[in-house]
Amino acid sequence: MKKKEKRVLVRIFAAAILLAVAALLPLEGFWRLLAFVVPYALVGWDVLWHAVRNILHGQVFDENFLMALATVGAFCIGEYPEGVLVMLLYQIGELFQDFAVDRSRRSIASLMDIRPDWANVERDGVLVQVDPEEVAVGDIIVVKAGERIPLDGIVTDGTSTLNTAALTGESLPRTVAPGDAVISGCVNQSGLLHVKVTSEYGDSTVSRILELVENSSARKAKYESFITRFARWYTPVVVIAAVLLGVVPPLFAGNWSDWINRALVFLVVSCPCALVISVPLSFFGGIGGASRQGILVKGGNYLEALAHADTVVFDKTGTLTRGVFHVTAVHPQNAAAEELLEAAALAESYSDHPIARSLREACSCELDNRRVTEVEELSGRGVRAVVDGKTVCAGNQKLMAEYGSECHKCHRVGTLVHVSIDGQYAGHIVISDEVKEDAAQTISQLKELGVKKTVMLTGDAKEVGEDTAQRLGMEEVYTELLPAGKVERVEALLEGKNEKGRLVFVGDGINDAPVLSRADVGIAMGAMGSAAAIEAADIVLMDDKPSKIPLAMRIARKTLRIVRQNIVFALGVKGIVLVLGALGLANMWLAVFADVGVSVIAILNAMRALYAGK
Amino acid sequence: MRKVYRMEELDCANCARKMEDAIRKIEGVENVTVNFLTQKMILQAEDSRFESILQQAIKICRRVEPDCRIIL
Repeated sequence: MKKKEKRVLVRIFAAAILLAVAALLPLEGFWRLLAFVVPYALVGWDVLWHAVRNILHGQVFDENFLMALATVGAFCIGEYPEGVLVMLLYQIGELFQDFAVDRSRRSIASLMDIRPDWANVERDGVLVQVDPEEVAVGDIIVVKAGERIPLDGIVTDGTSTLNTAALTGESLPRTVAPGDAVISGCVNQSGLLHVKVTSEYGDSTVSRILELVENSSARKAKYESFITRFARWYTPVVVIAAVLLGVVPPLFAGNWSDWINRALVFLVVSCPCALVISVPLSFFGGIGGASRQGILVKGGNYLEALAHADTVVFDKTGTLTRGVFHVTAVHPQNAAAEELLEAAALAESYSDHPIARSLREACSCELDNRRVTEVEELSGRGVRAVVDGKTVCAGNQKLMAEYGSECHKCHRVGTLVHVSIDGQYAGHIVISDEVKEDAAQTISQLKELGVKKTVMLTGDAKEVGEDTAQRLGMEEVYTELLPAGKVERVEALLEGKNEKGRLVFVGDGINDAPVLSRADVGIAMGAMGSAAAIEAADIVLMDDKPSKIPLAMRIARKTLRIVRQNIVFALGVKGIVLVLGALGLANMWLAVFADVGVSVIAILNAMRALYAGK
Repeated sequence: MRKVYRMEELDCANCARKMEDAIRKIEGVENVTVNFLTQKMILQAEDSRFESILQQAIKICRRVEPDCRIIL
């Protein structure tokens, strides 16, 4: 508890006791007034003082002023105990509200606790701790076990396991060795690491994430702007209504004190605080909770749009598939399977193409380059080489035709590498991009969440694209698209969808920036450390798991549900109290509850957004 | 130019909203967010007038909530 809060608490207790004493003493007239003014002044002097000061600054519809007016009004009509009690309850409510806001702030801050405090740098042979901002690109920093990696870089020495949970939500530690890139914000769990810094602190992953989340409040959701507009009108309208209620009816019917009492109830509920705090807090909590899962959302508006997604468009390579090629089948003919694979791998052993790499990977035996001579790359067709004195051709159908080997089509979908040895067809190898483990699950979860259409866009061949889409259970697929074609497709889909639904595009952030910005919500994945992707997208997934998309949708929906609950609850309670107050059925205690009590409950409810997605 | 300032003793959400409203109306301000939760003000304004805009913003904050300070 802060010092200020402690003092308020003491004042509340003292005033409560004095109020009880005043209520019990059999006093009359001036002495009775005095007995109640003492606890009132004790508990409410700061409210009165702020009210006076703010009036001098021209702030008429200020919370303090309204509360002061309401309680002084109560004294004027002789309701002394009521006046003191309302001020007392108001202060208790404010105290609770401070606590709740403080706690929320702290939970959010601890969530965002990825900021490194220092970096260890070797200077003149001694290890010194310096501010991460002072470290330059190319410097070598030392990260001890248990420390947070302060800056992005490449490991030069040491091996260790990294905990990336704070960044990706992934609890499985990652192993790193020299040559691996590491990003700031991860915690080094075991060994000592020497890291060569690759970016300044301001450009590091940690700074970018923090900046992104903190700036998210600038992009307001529709609900937030609604609350802002509402707050601008609500207070003046209620205050004017209070004045009318306190003056007009008694002019005709008399009974001033009863009508003024009703007007005071209006004044007490005229602050829109419950909404003004809880709605942005819910969005902030939702964004904070999502970032804990490795989902960075750039603003409340995107959370809102995501919750209403009904079309999700995926890029294929790198998004639904790994973007890494693997040998998925070996179909030999006139040769053994291993022989075929080995021949192809050796023939391609000088190539750096992903396909060549996948062949080498699939080969279980040791590949000796010396067995290969006269390598000739035949562009657009494949490669020819002499392996162990035999001429090996590896490539596509065209190459086979050129060398007069008859080849077979394959029932498997993927890239085919046909191989001939000494002019005789030896069979083919199927290479394909692997679908990510969670891709199918992602699509089915999106459907469960009510997404009407899932679409795949790819530059890949027709058969490959259609096969993948079918296996994943996606509705539509458009293949052999150039980047510009993807934008056109997305635009057509945007036109075709119904008005309320939102279109989400998911890509890997590499050369699909135009599509990312064209869609209602652009999601870039696998963006760890990629500045371009963070720039272009509205939502950034730190790791490359598509299953984070349904998770993000669930978080978005829960956040919106909480926002709506708070709006309905706060407006509902205030509305009811206003009606009851006008009818003379609500007293000021109820009004105080409708003001600060509702705020506290709404704040506590808003905090649930922080744990959405758990 | 876009700058972020920390704020102290920004104790009321409605005041933050009022400040934001009023600062946005200063001429030359492109965008402003007064965030009650992070206790920060993000001010984006014309470079040439930034200093005078900032002074006006400080004045507005003092008027809306006298205890609140912008840390420069």
